[in-house]
Amino acid sequence: MKPAAFEYIQAASVEEAIQALADHPQAKILAGGQSLVPLMNFRLNRPGMLVDVNNIDDLATIAVKDAGLAIGSLVRHQRLVEDALIGDRLPILAQAASHIGHWAIRNRGTIGGSLAHADPAAELVALMIALNGTLVVRSHRGVRRLTADEFFLGYFTTALEPTEIIVQCEIPAPTGRMGFSEVVRRPGDFALAGAIVAQSGAAGWVTWFGLGSRPERFSVSHWGQDDGERHAMLGELATRMMLAEDEEYKRDIAVNAAMRAYRQIKEGK
Amino acid sequence: MPTEEARTAIELNVNGITHRLDVSPRWSLADVLRHQLGLTGTHVGCEQGVCGACTVWLDGLPVRSCLMFGVQAQGHQVTTVEGITPSTGLSPLQTAFQEHHALQCGFCTPGMLLTAQALLDRNPKAEEGEIRAALSGNLCRCTGYQFIVDAVLAARDAGRDA
Ligand SMILES: Cc1cc2nc3c(=O)[nH]c(=O)nc-3n(C[C@H](O)[C@H](O)[C@H](O)COP(=O)(O)OP(=O)(O)OC[C@H]3O[C@@H](n4cnc5c(N)ncnc54)[C@H](O)[C@@H]3O)c2cc1C
Ligand code: FES
Ligand code: FES
Repeated sequence: MKPAAFEYIQAASVEEAIQALADHPQAKILAGGQSLVPLMNFRLNRPGMLVDVNNIDDLATIAVKDAGLAIGSLVRHQRLVEDALIGDRLPILAQAASHIGHWAIRNRGTIGGSLAHADPAAELVALMIALNGTLVVRSHRGVRRLTADEFFLGYFTTALEPTEIIVQCEIPAPTGRMGFSEVVRRPGDFALAGAIVAQSGAAGWVTWFGLGSRPERFSVSHWGQDDGERHAMLGELATRMMLAEDEEYKRDIAVNAAMRAYRQIKEGK
Repeated sequence: MPTEEARTAIELNVNGITHRLDVSPRWSLADVLRHQLGLTGTHVGCEQGVCGACTVWLDGLPVRSCLMFGVQAQGHQVTTVEGITPSTGLSPLQTAFQEHHALQCGFCTPGMLLTAQALLDRNPKAEEGEIRAALSGNLCRCTGYQFIVDAVLAARDAGRDA
């Protein structure tokens, strides 16, 4: 199908974009378009105006910040996969991004768009929650800084106001070693479920995505002596994320994803 | 398309030629290419980014032309399957598709060609796994994929010898 008509503005700066959002209550940001445009094509979303931010170079920066990285909201998924600084400082981010959709999707989709869209199975949402990143958002009223926990409220729901734009994501460098695994029917599909895990000493944490209304992170006090112990411990934790009995299958997938992610750490990959 | 819609004048560079067009902002790049420019090699299937039939290059990289609006392509170089086809005959990759029976109905073929060519341009030594991963974003209802992979492998190996 074809989208309903809309007015179109190309913002040349963040100031222009936030002014447009302030002036036009029916306006929406257009970033990579990889989530918004399908919805518009099916007329599930009919914004009266699109504010295209694709030409705002200030939003496409990657910089070192404290012990982590500050990533502009317009940085595209494929750049997360290929960027040398990210590969060096935050390889788990490159790994997570490599699982998003297909090459052609990653060439357009942006980190800011993925976080604003807040799909419960989105790899980047999971990573922000796993590493407790901070989102920097701006509107004509000023700047707000929100932790991932404050920002993600549930199914496709965030604390972002309609007049606000995500300008930057700050991701602290992880402590401990990390692993990532997800289960998909075909490469490029959204994950049925996935896990990001960290281990330092005997302890660590696991963050699951694709089950529940948003990714959640759980502390692990002891990773266990063997696979059997680990499997039982993870099964118990994952039950806390189940919304219904019929999610049992998903829980099994989630546990296996976490087992694989943990094995990745052990195998030193 | 209704004529009462507000139009925007744009300059669009497609396959090296700059066109001046009046478009409605809501027209996808795919529809602008097909309906305004008559470049019907770009196919439209799902209009939700899944099938890959509408794949074109934006500045040399594959993107979905059903998920971009024509107005957004201003200032970029768009390449369609017509743009990677020699004025006479076929490209080495196209020849490999023909020799390996990599198409039946041909609906997926332009997207397959653009994805595979972009991969081989960036990585002339791409391994089979990388080829399969790149092509996983393009659906084919006819061939079962094996012949497409065979064709890309053959084009890769021919390029290596050349
Ligand atoms: C076939 C296909 C497969 C996919 N597979 C996956 C997958 O496996 N995993 C995954 O995570 N995603 C997947 N996606 C979605 C993809 O990651 C999108 O890129 C992402 O969800 C949205 O980013 P975008 O830049 O395209 O945003 P857009 O589509 O432009 O926008 C999405 C929403 O975010 C808002 N928005 C965008 N940028 C900002 C900003 N800076 N500030 C405030 N609001 C903003 C928009 O107004 C809109 O509401 C897939 C998409 C397709 C089409
Ligand atoms: S028509 Fe664009 S991906 Fe299917
Ligand atoms: S040849 Fe028919 S869809 Fe691929």
